[in-house]
Order: sequence, then structure tokens, then C-alpha cells
Amino acid sequence: MNFSDFRRWSFAWLLVLGLLFAIRPSRAQENPYIVVYDHNLEEPGNLEIEYFSTVGTQRGGPNYHAYWMEFEYGVTAWWTSELYLSGQSTFDDSSVFTGVRWENRFRPFKHEHFINPVLYAEFENINGADKIMKEVEGHDVESDFLTPNEESRKEQKHELELKLILSTNYKGWNFAQNTIAAKNLINEPWEFGYALGASRPLALKASSHKCTFCRQNFIVGVEMYGGLGDRYSFGLRNTSHYLGSGVAWNLPQGWTIRVEPTFGLNGFSHQFLMRCGLSYEIPGFARKVEEVFTGRHE
Amino acid sequence: MKSRSLGGLLFLLTATGWPADGTKNWDYTELQKAPEKQKAKLNPMQNDPDASAAGAILFENHCEECHGANAEGTRKGPSLCVKEVRDATPGAIFWILTNGVVRKKMPVWSKLPEQQRWQLVSYIKSLSGVDSKK
Repeated sequence: MNFSDFRRWSFAWLLVLGLLFAIRPSRAQENPYIVVYDHNLEEPGNLEIEYFSTVGTQRGGPNYHAYWMEFEYGVTAWWTSELYLSGQSTFDDSSVFTGVRWENRFRPFKHEHFINPVLYAEFENINGADKIMKEVEGHDVESDFLTPNEESRKEQKHELELKLILSTNYKGWNFAQNTIAAKNLINEPWEFGYALGASRPLALKASSHKCTFCRQNFIVGVEMYGGLGDRYSFGLRNTSHYLGSGVAWNLPQGWTIRVEPTFGLNGFSHQFLMRCGLSYEIPGFARKVEEVFTGRHE
Repeated sequence: MKSRSLGGLLFLLTATGWPADGTKNWDYTELQKAPEKQKAKLNPMQNDPDASAAGAILFENHCEECHGANAEGTRKGPSLCVKEVRDATPGAIFWILTNGVVRKKMPVWSKLPEQQRWQLVSYIKSLSGVDSKK
């Protein structure tokens, strides 16, 4: 199966699952972040299927389109597990599958606090052609993406990534800060990164009638992220930094659309990234799977 | 081998998603654990005539999956039409919504703005069902 087939199948799966499970009305309450994580986890038993896309400009080489699918499952109210499949198409080059990621987020405290920590651990099995920029770490720079796919895909990376997510909800606002530490398990130094975000719904009160275009369905936000070097040269220099401003539109039936234009903040960054996402939340996924296999209904 | 893997996956999904026991006796003591200061909080939406209707829509979107369409309870979540909930102060219900009961699968709903959580409280306090499925 080549990669355009993979993308076609991914879309088909998303649509089929959407149709299959669109039984009960549900509305997600997703923030507009693409890179930043806040402390809100997936509700237990729910599955969220997400498709994200980043179109990036590239100086000195062809622009690219990177995309990934996420399958996010609420195992318990304090543990969310997520599987990613990613790929990219570089214009005038080729489309390649770039790898798999498996992440887990844990909420250590029972109750809500003013600042809420969440622990994040991810294993990545990706190749050097990966361009999704789910985070920036170490000395990631724009010129890393100049290597042709044929060559870059030969590099295999087995990476462990840890994050400390700190987040607060205050008067309708969410403020989140992520500290990132990543290590390629093949004898490379620890690399670091950061991500900061703030978001707020356009209206804090819910409407007393069902609506699609009500202000409370739109959450706007801003996020900033970049590298912090590695253990031998820690700091903000010689790495890339980005600032993006986006909106999430939470539609009926569990759909969410995200759009976020992002700008590079220094000469090491891509000048412009257009980032979009489409997600669908299946409430009670685990129950529905059980019903299919046991025939037992509520 | 394949069927064993599938069986394992199903076990993980079902065992962690909700209790298999349909006649579970739900524990409402978490309502009593709310700090006194939180219990004493008044609902700022109590005089808003639309609060309960807005809360009903929020309930349908976020709570119905576990608590049932009429809050009568399901295998996943307790009935809210019971004496314990009716007797609870609005502040105690708001505290539960804000903090969840994460060890017992009730998620934290602090991602909803405060106003929306109070609208949910208005709806939950308006429920007058009988003590069913407790």
C-alpha cells in the first residue's frame, strides 16, 4: 500500500466510524491547541479520532504537507492513551509514511488545583523524514527538512519523550505550559523544548437552545513553542521558535475543526505553517464495542 | 494468536471502560466530602430563567452517556434522580463537577467554564425523578 492509499483509507475510516457511531448527540469541548497539551484528559471509555495537517514553507527547498492521525482513548478518568500514525508529502519529491507514536498521559492528583500537573510519556518509532512538528526540541531547525525523502527515511529514530504539563483553568481561560525532554535511544543526548498556550471560549455561558454558530462553540487561543537545546548546549539559541493563533469550532455530533496559522519567530524557523485539524469524538466507544461482541444493550 | 490479542484488547476496553455489574450500588458519599466552604456556595445562575434549559443541553452533550438521557443512571454512572443528589447543596454538586471523582471514573469537568458548570447544577437540581436504579 503506498502512502496516498493510506491517506485515502484513513479518511474512509474516519467517515465510516463517524457514521457508525453517530447515534447519540454529543459535543466535544476541545481547545484550539495543536502542539500544547492542557490537563484535560479524554473522558473514560470515549475514543477521539483526529486528523491533523501542517503545510509548511521551506526556504532552499520544496514546501511540504505533513499529516497524522490520532486515536485518543480515555482508559480511565486519570489516564489517556493515544496512538499516532504520521506521514508527509514533500512537493516535487514524494509521499512517505513516517512512523508511529504511542503516548500516555497521567493525572497524578485526585482533585483540581490552581495549577494541575499531568505526566506525559511517549515512545516514537519514526524515520528521519518526519515533518509533523508535534513539538520542537533540541536544535530543530528549518534546514533539517531539506534532505530528500529517499535519503531521510532511511534514518530510524526510536525516541522516548517525556513532558511535564502544567495547566490551569481560570475565569474561562486556560493557561498551559509544557516542558519537554526527549531522547533518541541510540546514544544521543537529551534534548529539550517548551510549549505555552492560552485559550478562551468566545462566550462562557451556554445557550439555552441548540446551535452550531453560538459563540460558546468557538474557542480561540494562542500558542508558542520552540526548542531549548540539549544537555550540552541548553538555551533558546540555535533552534527554532513559533507563534500561532488558532480557533477550535466545536460542532454538534462530536466534531471539532481547528485552524491555526503559525509564524516562525527567528531565522532558524520555517517562515509560515498552516495547521488544521478535524476530530470526531465517539462517546462510550468501549460500551459500543462490548455491545457489538456480546449483543448486550443498555 | 490473533484471537487472543483481540480478546486482550476487548478485555482492556471493557474492563476499564465501565463496571460489568449492571446492578451496582452507587456510592454518593463523595458529595459529603466537598469542603464546607464549597458546599455553602450559592448558584449565581439560580435566578436565570434559561439556566436549567442550557444545563439540559450541556447534560445531553457531556453527561448523558454515563448518567442516562433522563439522569436515571446506567451501568457507567449513577442516577442523579435520588435523594442524595436532591439533598446536596448546589455548591457540593458544583464541587463534584469541578473536581470529578477520578478514581471512580467520573471525569473532571473544569474544562467547561464556571458559568456552564453552574448551568448544569441548575439542571441537576431541577430533576425531580423518583429514586430509581440506585
